[in-house]
Amino acid sequence: MDDFVLRALLAGVGVAIAAGPLGAFVVWRRMAYFGDTLAHSALLGVALGFLFDANVTLAIVVVCVLLALLLVALQRQQRLASDTLLGIMSHGALSLGLVVLAFMEGLRLDLLGYLFGDILSVTRGDIFWIYATGLLVLIGLALIWRPLLADTVHEELARVEGVAVVPARLGFMLLLALFIAISMKVVGILLITSLLIIPAATARHFARTPEQMALVAILIGCLAVSGGLLASLQWDLPAGPAVVLAAVVIFVLSFSWRRRD
Amino acid sequence: MEKSSELLAETRGVQLDLQGRRVLDHVDLAVHRGEIVTLIGPNGAGKSTLVRVLLGLMKADQGLVYLRPGLRIGYMPQRLTIDPVLPLTVRRFLTLGKRCSEAHMREVLQEVGAGELLEAPIQNTSGGELQRILLARALLRDPDLLILDEPVQGVDITGQLDLYRLISRIRDRLNCGILMVSHDLHLVMATTDRVLCLNQHVCCSGHPEDVSSDPAYLALFGSPPGLAVYTHHHNHRHDLDGHIVPAEKQERGQSGDG
Repeated sequence: MDDFVLRALLAGVGVAIAAGPLGAFVVWRRMAYFGDTLAHSALLGVALGFLFDANVTLAIVVVCVLLALLLVALQRQQRLASDTLLGIMSHGALSLGLVVLAFMEGLRLDLLGYLFGDILSVTRGDIFWIYATGLLVLIGLALIWRPLLADTVHEELARVEGVAVVPARLGFMLLLALFIAISMKVVGILLITSLLIIPAATARHFARTPEQMALVAILIGCLAVSGGLLASLQWDLPAGPAVVLAAVVIFVLSFSWRRRD
Repeated sequence: MEKSSELLAETRGVQLDLQGRRVLDHVDLAVHRGEIVTLIGPNGAGKSTLVRVLLGLMKADQGLVYLRPGLRIGYMPQRLTIDPVLPLTVRRFLTLGKRCSEAHMREVLQEVGAGELLEAPIQNTSGGELQRILLARALLRDPDLLILDEPVQGVDITGQLDLYRLISRIRDRLNCGILMVSHDLHLVMATTDRVLCLNQHVCCSGHPEDVSSDPAYLALFGSPPGLAVYTHHHNHRHDLDGHIVPAEKQERGQSGDG
């Protein structure tokens, strides 16, 4: 196997491992659109990172977290429905990122790579960061797992029972922002949420407990990454979209498999 | 009203505005150990809001909220809908807030009459079963004060009476205080010590019999008990061919797993 294929596979699997449990919560908490909005703001993070000559990954995390906090604050008002608000923020952030990038003269950027991922060009350094951050995400999620689950089932009941709901929520958003920063290279900001929600939604068929669902989501994510990469090499497909399509195929197949039971 | 028993929770002169509308207007409420207090009032009267203020989930604009120090509260919220995409058994649901022993869990579930549901996916339970499971979760905390927001919601009429009797038995066994929200005075009459009729402010309060003949109550709820409007409680519906479909089955059918 070629070296770059192995690196791509390692990177994809690393992202899929973090995506499984995180994605389960995104699905349970109905935050798919929220995740999309955060992911779209990542491009703004890239632009600001270049503009201020800062670490791009760090800039992405900072922008995502700030946007998440802004969204939570804005969702408290009652005038605009949540999905309208998310739509405005999502496309506003994406467009702002594109405009700021266009303004920066002399910067030749692989825009398509940022939008749709560039998994075949990951470096050893990228892989290190994916696994380090992925491990951080898993540990963080394990720490807030119980309170976050209680909050997901019923917020008020959890609060009355003394569950620390707010730290769990803030922690979850921080982890989501970290995940977006590391998965951008693999599937690109436009497709990140698909890695979160498709494996988790597929895993629902095979799980009886929340933890099983998270684990099965990891397996399905790894399967999608391998299948997508294979298809990409075989038929010369763009790798990021091929991975997402592989996930969709598994999702559809899981339905017919379930039907036969 | 005897004041001898221990005061568990109290609000004094609580006032709260939501979006420019006064929802609670100088509400006084007190719950003592061993008594069942029922809040009644029309929709939008502020019953649930008052409960939330007492629970500390909302802050009153004015007034005092007192909870006895160290008070353990068991809370049963008005509505629980769990997305079918979350695989959750009853067992897991009961231990979400706090871990507890297997024996305690079985005992409490048995007491509320849902013993056989321990391993069932929670989305597969009927409305009445879900209410009992919620009550069990509140009881698992060994509460001094039980706060039940519309505990008989989604339960048929015989089931409602059963549930009220169960709540009354629980009070006797735990000697806890119970604050309950309801909008049907006549069903809760037999199992309530004190009624508070709420419509933003406290219209009237006292023994259920007294409240049911109070002019303020009658002004809110219309005719006196003897002339009470007959409300038809559906226990079945008809399908497209006119066949009778029992309500119980219909309920279960709607909450399949996804």
